Amino acid sequence: MNQISALVTKVTPERHSAIYWFLSDSWVLTRRSIKHITRNLDQLLSLILMPIMFLILFRYVFGGAIDTGGTTYPNFLLAGVLVESLAFGSSNTTVNIVLDLKRGIVDRFRSLPMNSSALLSSHVMADLFRNTISSLIMLAAGFVVGFRPTADPLEWVMVFGLLLLFTFAMSWFCAILGLLVKSVEAAQWISFLFIMPLTFASSAFVPTDDMPTALRIFADNQPFTHVIEAMRAWLVGTPIGNAGWLSVVWCVAITLVSMPAAAWLFRRQTQISPV
Amino acid sequence: MDNAIVVEGLKKSYGKLQVLDGINFAARRGSVLGILGPNGAGKTTTVKILSTLLKPDGGRAFINGYDVVRESHKVRSSIGLTGQYAAVDEYLSGEENLEMMGRLYRLSNADTKSRTRELLRQFDLVDAASRQLRTYSGGMRRRIDLAASLIASPSVLFLDEPTTGLDPRSRLLMWDIIKELAAGDTTILLTTQYMEEADWLADEIVVIDRGTVITQGTPSELKARVGSEYLELIIAEGSDFETAENVIMCDELYIDRPRRSISVATRNGVRELKEILDCLEKARIEVESVSLHRPTLDDVFLTLTGRTATAENDHGQTEKKEKAKQ
Ligand SMILES: Nc1ncnc2c1ncn2[C@@H]1O[C@H](COP(=O)(O)OP(=O)(O)OP(=O)(O)O)[C@@H](O)[C@H]1O
Ligand SMILES: [Mg+2]
Repeated sequence: MNQISALVTKVTPERHSAIYWFLSDSWVLTRRSIKHITRNLDQLLSLILMPIMFLILFRYVFGGAIDTGGTTYPNFLLAGVLVESLAFGSSNTTVNIVLDLKRGIVDRFRSLPMNSSALLSSHVMADLFRNTISSLIMLAAGFVVGFRPTADPLEWVMVFGLLLLFTFAMSWFCAILGLLVKSVEAAQWISFLFIMPLTFASSAFVPTDDMPTALRIFADNQPFTHVIEAMRAWLVGTPIGNAGWLSVVWCVAITLVSMPAAAWLFRRQTQISPV
Repeated sequence: MDNAIVVEGLKKSYGKLQVLDGINFAARRGSVLGILGPNGAGKTTTVKILSTLLKPDGGRAFINGYDVVRESHKVRSSIGLTGQYAAVDEYLSGEENLEMMGRLYRLSNADTKSRTRELLRQFDLVDAASRQLRTYSGGMRRRIDLAASLIASPSVLFLDEPTTGLDPRSRLLMWDIIKELAAGDTTILLTTQYMEEADWLADEIVVIDRGTVITQGTPSELKARVGSEYLELIIAEGSDFETAENVIMCDELYIDRPRRSISVATRNGVRELKEILDCLEKARIEVESVSLHRPTLDDVFLTLTGRTATAENDHGQTEKKEKAKQ
């Protein structure tokens, strides 16, 4: 060993405001999470493979049989699988929070003078990064199977804006799930349990018009449908109706509820005073 | 105030299970305090309370004079924790792990960088610095884990079973590191199940079992309490074991018949050894081997609790035989 007694080079922490430290801690941990994405490509792959499979299956198996009104089926389908891939991407937060809690690294973080809820926001930030990448892949895959967007630059900006807003909302919601379940397996099926019904009971793969009444009422009024409709309208020029502002309202509402709920659950689980 | 760690009547229970039942101890600034106890004794629980991860049900604890519950934030800035299970990031390299910890300890960028370089060098990890931890061996992982807790040069360091699961070479390396650290003015609290380890590293040992402190003192005080050294004689197959038992004139004998072993407590080893060998020779008893044992903390544990600390050792077979001097 090389003179460890000389090891006590004294260093002292810097002084800044609480807000500064929250942002700094979040940034440090976000960088960590983003490195996880690039170094663990299996995870990224497994999450975009499913939507790509849906894209191909629906396009070629059901494509001819579905009446999509004015637009071609690939044009109709893309917004649906895109939103599905965003939802799956966000569910990474659930799994990663469970992994962190299980691996004991959270214990180390909690023994540091850091703001430990920065850990939650770092996973959400990483989802934004991951979903941006997977969206680009989905758009490219869509192009291969016949998707032909008509969006102008402003509409592209709106598509990506909504994409990030939706990811942000879903990731905070998925953070709650991650704090409620105890194992990685449970984390995987619980997000599946939310995402599958919400994508199928929406206008992702088929127009809602032909659904049974009860299902149609649900599908027409749930957030996934609004987000899908808005994206579809901007991408390929289908009628937008109220989907534009409704999708934004939904995302903001989900965020406003989920963010404090997740922070509260996290504090309750990791604080030193569970009485 | 020259105690870096003060623990007063600490209590903790999980449901009905009383894990800590009012423990007290203190560690002088710059000293190494060893907490010794078997599985489930409450070592990790104690460390978790002291490192602000867990709230005690009763009692108080202070690190550098700060209350671990009410002033946990101040405590966190001055401690380093290396938990029982490695708490490092598998997908980051050694260097990235240290830099992340440095930033989270709120060191400046420059300090973080220089401390990282320093620690990698000191812990022999320069060559592995840019490799992801997934590719590290158990010993390297332990070292990077310890290095991570040292990044902000904490004045109080907690090491929960730092050598469990290491091979003998890595263990010796870890011991060297801890010794070196202790030579500086870092106060170290380490837990261990190994008597030898506490003996070697600690200035002061607190023995806990089932959530209570059984005894505490310096390694030599504890050993003095169990008495002195003892001689162990193995009687050769050809000689009568019963006779051997009877000719040895001594207060305390420990007999282990299956191994044909007789142990004798002694205060002045060599002279007594000579006397015993003389007696045995007169009775024509052949001795196969003789060894001199210093008391270990195993013996401390046995004496104080009436049972062994670890399941592995086999003191259970030894029966104690008091023999009046003839
Ligand atoms: N979260 C928990 N819930 C319930 N019981 C617990 C919990 N954590 C620890 N215990 C119990 O508390 C007791 C003491 O545990 P602790 O981890 O402090 O022991 P230890 O001395 O560190 O043991 P080891 O040498 O095995 O690490 C054990 O009986 C354990 O089962
Ligand atoms: Mg333990």
